[in-house]
This record gives sequence, structure tokens and C-alpha cells, in this order.
Amino acid sequence: MIFAVLIPLVFALLVPLLSKVKNKVHTGIFVLLIPLGIFLYFVRFIGNDFSPVRHTYNWIPSLGINFDFYLDGLSLLFVLLISGIGTLVVFYSIYYLHVSERLAHFYVYLLMFMSAMLGVVLSDNVFVLYSFWELTSISSFLLIGYWHHRERSRYGAQKSMLITVFGGLSMLGGLILLSVITGTTSIRGMIDQVDLIINNNYLPLILGLILLGAFTKSAQFPFHIWLPDAMEAPTPVSAYLHSATMVKAGIYLVARFLPIFVAFEWFYITVSLVGIVTLVWGSYMAVRQTDLKGILAFSTISQLGMIMAMLGFGTEAAIFAAVFHILNHATFKGSLFMIAGIIDHETGTRDIRKLGGLFTIMPISGTLAVFGTFSMAGVPFPFLNGFYSKELFFEATTKLSDQANGLASFLSTAIPYLAVFGSIFTFVYSMYLFFGVFTGPKKFDLLKKKPHEAPIGMLISPLILILGVIIIGLFPNIANSSLLVHATGGIMNSPMEPYHVHYWHGFDSIAFQMSLIVVGLGIVLFLTRKKWSNIYHVLPGKLSFNKVYDKLIQKIDDVSARVTNAYMTGSIKLYMSIILVAIIVATFTIMLTTGGLSNISFEDLAEVSVVDIAVVIIMVLAALATIFVNNKLALIIITGIVGFGISILFVIFRAPDLALTQLVVETVSMALFLLAYYHLPELRKREETLQTSTTNTIIAVGMGLLVTLTGFAAHSADWFNKISDYFVETAYKLGGGHNIVNVILVDMRGLDTLFEIAVLGIAALAIYGLIKLRNKEAE
Amino acid sequence: MSKPNNLILQTATALIAFILLGFSVYLFFAGHNSPGGGFIGGLVTAAAVVLLYMAYGIDFVNKILPINFRALISVGLLVAFLTGVGSFLFDVPFLSHTFGYFEFPIFGEVELATAMLFDLGVYLTVVGVTVTIIINIANDTKAEV
Repeated sequence: MIFAVLIPLVFALLVPLLSKVKNKVHTGIFVLLIPLGIFLYFVRFIGNDFSPVRHTYNWIPSLGINFDFYLDGLSLLFVLLISGIGTLVVFYSIYYLHVSERLAHFYVYLLMFMSAMLGVVLSDNVFVLYSFWELTSISSFLLIGYWHHRERSRYGAQKSMLITVFGGLSMLGGLILLSVITGTTSIRGMIDQVDLIINNNYLPLILGLILLGAFTKSAQFPFHIWLPDAMEAPTPVSAYLHSATMVKAGIYLVARFLPIFVAFEWFYITVSLVGIVTLVWGSYMAVRQTDLKGILAFSTISQLGMIMAMLGFGTEAAIFAAVFHILNHATFKGSLFMIAGIIDHETGTRDIRKLGGLFTIMPISGTLAVFGTFSMAGVPFPFLNGFYSKELFFEATTKLSDQANGLASFLSTAIPYLAVFGSIFTFVYSMYLFFGVFTGPKKFDLLKKKPHEAPIGMLISPLILILGVIIIGLFPNIANSSLLVHATGGIMNSPMEPYHVHYWHGFDSIAFQMSLIVVGLGIVLFLTRKKWSNIYHVLPGKLSFNKVYDKLIQKIDDVSARVTNAYMTGSIKLYMSIILVAIIVATFTIMLTTGGLSNISFEDLAEVSVVDIAVVIIMVLAALATIFVNNKLALIIITGIVGFGISILFVIFRAPDLALTQLVVETVSMALFLLAYYHLPELRKREETLQTSTTNTIIAVGMGLLVTLTGFAAHSADWFNKISDYFVETAYKLGGGHNIVNVILVDMRGLDTLFEIAVLGIAALAIYGLIKLRNKEAE
Repeated sequence: MSKPNNLILQTATALIAFILLGFSVYLFFAGHNSPGGGFIGGLVTAAAVVLLYMAYGIDFVNKILPINFRALISVGLLVAFLTGVGSFLFDVPFLSHTFGYFEFPIFGEVELATAMLFDLGVYLTVVGVTVTIIINIANDTKAEV
């Protein structure tokens, strides 16, 4: 099974080579073999006696991450959709994309996507699933931005990337929590430990995170905004990714984790509510669109909402209806996208306001569109599959059990009305889509091209899909016992009895009555469409999620720019203040919380002589003077006083080596200051506001206090024996010298000295380089 | 620098420089047992050299002391490093030192330590570093003023 998943990826490596001959053979013809082969491979699994298949291939066994492919009914349905529609889309794209396009790019991305999508639906390991999940986001990003010279394409690609990756990352969080709780990375293993998960305190968080991933990917309200912008992709991509496969990945995810969450009431509330709101909002907004693909995008959003809502209901009948509708939606929506592509291709526009009266010119496309749109609308003809699944949907909405909880029970009552309301608009936009394009006055002078029927090769793919619509419409039970029942069983995690779909439910069936209401009101609303279309000025009106998104992106940009500009001013003074304040605050906090300050004791101090005090007073005066002196020569000398004071202190505290070194180093550094005297900046009285000088004073005093207190505290703490005793004892015995300092420097800790002289050497060479090798001309 | 008549300075320097050099050699050798060592010794030597430069000028000193002080840095580092590497020959860790007492014709019993070699490296580096820095900065200042 791993070959089925990875072959598209491997073949993608060959595509650039094959596309070298694209002028003789369209690259798509080579690619066509791949999805076809995969489809044929998986078709063999269909059958009444299907049982799940599992294959495991090691990847990172030590982390429990392996290619663990599990083919159950649900996965089988999805892999058939992916490979089947993939084949048709590749075939369609052979006629849609001209050889002058960058075909190699297109097919590489498409194969990457196919591989990723197969991986998503077949993986049993959550982390492998996540990897493939992100690969679908990336390849979708590349496909949306295929015509990257267009600004709208880049915008759409970025938007879909940001939203789906946001969801993907939160899903990863949920998956990590799940695998931590259950101790396994296998979805099957998690389903076996449902009780453990259901009783966990983090359950709402896990549910929220995973649903966020599913909702963003499946364009659920309010994350649906990326899908209409993704319509900038080439039409085969829209037909494949944004109607049949990728947008159903979220559906798949919810279905896959349904056995875990179904017992949790909030699963029902969230998923049903979001689904039904998406259904209503998507169909409502679709009527307003003028772009053919825009209508289809919002239509997809609304149909996905419907499937999501059915999964949320969680009853066996509803889930069967969901599975049935996944299949049906893929057939009619895929074909409608292809027809929209044909219209675009043959007339040069997708704007429905410029189209009209095309039926006489494009009779085949028109006929196909009839079936597609009517099936989407759920018109009660026995040869349209959309009707059956919609009927099952209505039936499921009326059979929601009364939940005890207030919100849930309210939702159960409201859902049937909302479903009918949304379906009315579905009917309206479906009719608008067909009659607006194919009937009415001919407006050919508005078109860029002279319209004509599409080449036959382009019509084959939608024709096959429409045949699917009709066949499922005529024989609604054709795939039930061999495929759909297994898929439902896969979602419910329990085998399901064969299910029989009826066309005729009788007039007293409430679902049929709902359908009649939908059709009746739909016709009325469609005919009077122009009269009530002003309502869109009221309801979405100024309320637009796109604007919210744009504002948000803009705001994030602005705020981060402002924050960065606020502290990255380029002023070293400010950086210094920030560093010092951070040190002061952090260290004081730690000292106070750990009680470091309370241990300070002043016992065990040596006596202070008059000389000490005198030297220290001189040094303190000199140090204070440096703050107020404004003459640079004076400043150098005063600084020198402090340095020489230190060397006197070394003498007093009996460190002759240090005293000598300090004396010489101080002399040398003063000489250096004087050598660089001409280059030093002229000091002047600094004109500071009271505020900055106060801040600086506070920081300086705080730092001084900190160092003083640290010194006291360190002196008071006596936790370890001092190592100096060892040095005193062994300096002569082991090192052969009486000068302990020198023995430590060259023998005991010679390595430090080695690197210190290396530092000196580097400094000297750097100074030499700075002076001798500078660019004289640039000065 | 040598244009004005610096007779007193130059005469004094001729004397003092050698005293300084002698003192620095003393500091270097005394280091193991009394205050001093490679670092101080190096600095004092450098002070003597700088004094020579001040009194006699760059060109003259370059002629009488044909030493590339930049190269001295590398030599010093190399000596210090090789002292450390040398301990590998005796199968002991890096920078292990040893010492011993030897009888010499004139000096009598003298202690010789490998640490002294290491200190020699320090000494050479410090001389090189200090002279390089001061001479370069001083020359640069002269050039620009």
C-alpha cells in the first residue's frame, strides 16, 4: 500500500524530464497513468465482504512514528475519490492547459498533492497523518499560486496557506495531547481507549484543537474565506482540490475521530452548529456572487457545512447520509467546476453577468450542467443523486434526539428549520447558475472570444462524472453494500447492516414535505431574485470576514512593526538601559524569592585600617568626579587615579603580582588613551531632560546596589570549602614554585592562560588590521 | 620625533632601557618563586622597547631592533601551545608540567621547570601584543595630525 501512496511522489521526480518533450506529447498523458493505476489498485478492494487491511512500514520506530497504513471503508471511499477524480482531472487538464504553460510545475505539484492526500486518508499514525496533512497545504499553496504573475493568485495562495497552516498546527497540538494521554500514536489504538480520553480533563481543549484543524481545512464558518480566493487557481485544480478532495480532508478528520468524541456532548453542539451555520451562510452568500467559480466556491462551502453537520448529528442514519453525500457532492461539484472551466475557456469570461443564452451554442455542456445543477439543488427527480442525499439529510435533521442540555435541545429543534432555509438558497443559486449562463438573452458582444462548443476531450471528464450522478440517481443502492456501508461502519467503528435508500418516501414523509417547501419557495425566490437582492446590502452589508482577515493581517504587520521600531531604535543607550534593567529586575527577583538577601551577615570581617579608608575615599571621589568632569584630558587622568588606587589596594591586600600587573596595565592603557586623544570625541555638557537623567540615575544606583548586595550575600554564604588551601599546599610540591599565583597561572590552570594570551594576540592583530587595512579612499 | 635635540632623553634612555630590560628578565625568571612572571616581564620589556621608540624614533629603532613584533605574537602562542602538546609525548594530559633540579657549572643547583617554557610563550606574546598595539596607534596618530 505504501507504493500506492508514494508512487505519485516518486513519479513527480520524473515529470520535469518528461515535460521536455511537451511539444510532441502533452505531459499530462504520462501523468494520467498514475492516478488511473492507483484507482484500479484500490477498486479491487470494493466488495460486500470487505474487511480492513493494515500495512506497517518502519520510519522512526523509536518515537512510535511509522508509516502505518490502514484501509477501512472510510479510507477506501476517499482513496477512490482521490484517485478516480484525480484521473478525470488530469485528463481534463490535458485539454485545459496549453503546452505553452509550465506543465512540469503543474503536474509536479498535482502529484505531490495526490500523494499527500492519499497519505492523509490512509495513515493510522497521527504524526504521519499530520505530515501528509501539511504536505496537502503546501502543494495546495503552490497550485493556487500557479499563475504567480497575477497578484490575486498570490494573495489567494497566501491566505489559504495562513489559514490552513494555522489550523494544521492547532491540530498537531490536539494530536500530541491525544498521544500523550493514550500513550499511543495510532488512531486505532486511541479509539480503543475512548474511556480514557472521554474522562480526561483536557477533552474540550483536544476537541477544540482538532476541530480547528478540520474546520480551517474544510472551509467551515468563519474560516471559509480562503476558499473563494483559492478560485484563482487553474480550474482543474479547483475541481480537484477545492471541491472533491482537499476540502474534504477536514470532513475526513472529523469522521475519523468521531468514535472518540461522539459521546461528548460538545462534539454534537460544535460540529452541528458550525456545519449548519456554514451551510446557511455559504448558500446565502453564493446567490450574491457574479463569478461562476465564486458561486461554486460558496456552494462547496455550504455543501461541506451540510456534511459536517450530519457528522455532528452522530446518528447512524446521519452518518450514512454524510458518506452518501460525500460521494454525490464529489460527482456533481467536480463536473460543475469542469463545466465552469469549459465556459471560461470557450468564452473568455467567468462573469455570469456577461454570459447568457449559451445553450444553443454549447448544447453538450449545457445538458451536463442541467444534471449537475439540478442534482446540487436537490430537485426531486429519480435520476439525480443530490436529491437522495438531501432527502436523507432532512430526515436526519428531524430525527435528532432531544438532548437534556438546554443548548443542545434548542439546537435540535432549530436545525431542521435552518437546513430548509439553507437549502432554499442552494436551490436558488443552482438555478441561477444554470439559467443565468445557458438561457436568456445572448450577450456575445461582451465576450472576448467567439463562443463555441468545447473539444470532445474536454467534455469526457464531466460527462463521466455526470454519468455517475445519473447512475447513482437511478440505482441509489448500487454502491451501498459494497462501499458506503463499510465507510459508515468505518466511521462508527462498528459494522453496519446494509442500508436501503428509497426514492419514494410518501407524501406524509416529513423529509419529502421539506423538499417540496425547498423547491416551492426556491422557485419563487429565484423568479423574484432581482427584487430582494438588496437584502445583501443589509445582511453581509459591511460585515465581511475578508475585511476582518485583511485587517488582522494588516494589524499584525503594523503592531509588530511598531513594537520592533519601539525598542530597536538603533540607540545603544537604550539597549544598554534595557539590558541593565533586565539584569537588575531578574537578579533582584531571584534574590528576594530565594531569600538570598536575608542571609547577609557582617561577622567574620577583617579589620579596616586608616590607609584602606584613605585609598578608598580617594577612589570614590575620583569615581564620582568622572560623572561631572567635562574635559577629556582630566577624565583620562581621573580614571587613572581609580586604576592606580586599585593597584595600591592590591599592595595592601598582599597581591604583589596583581599590583604589578595592574600598575603596568593601567599605565599602558592610559598611554593608549592619550595616543588616541585626538580621536576621542570632544566632551560637552550633556543636555538631558530631567526624565532621562533620573532614569539613568535610578538604573545606575540599582545596578550598584545589586552588585554591592550580591557581594555581601556571596561573602556571607560559606557553602563550600575553598580550593585555595589545596593550592597553598601543593604549589611547591607539585608545581615546583613558591609563587602560588604564577604556579596557578602557568601550571595548575595553564589552559586559561593559553587562551588569554590568544585573546591578546587576536586583539593586537585586530587593531593592526583596523588601522592598516582600512579603506583610505572611503574616508 | 628625533628632529629636536633630545640629548638628555636619549642618554637617559640608553641607560634606563637596559635597566628595564634587565629588570624584566629578572621578573621573568623570578616568576616561579617571587612576584613576577611572563606577563609582567613581557610588559616591562615592552615598556623598554616603547621607551626606545619614544627617544630614538621609529626608523632608528627598527634598524637596531629588526624584530617583527607581529610575528612575535605567533611565535609566543606557538611556544605556549607546543609546551602543552609536548606533554603528549610522555603520555600525560595536555599542559602537564614537570620540574627538576640540575647542577650547573656557574649557577650551582638550579630548578628548571617546563612551566618556564610556557611562561616564555606568555612573555613573547605580551611583548609582541603591547608593542604592536602602541606602535600602530602611535604611528597612525602621527600620520593624521
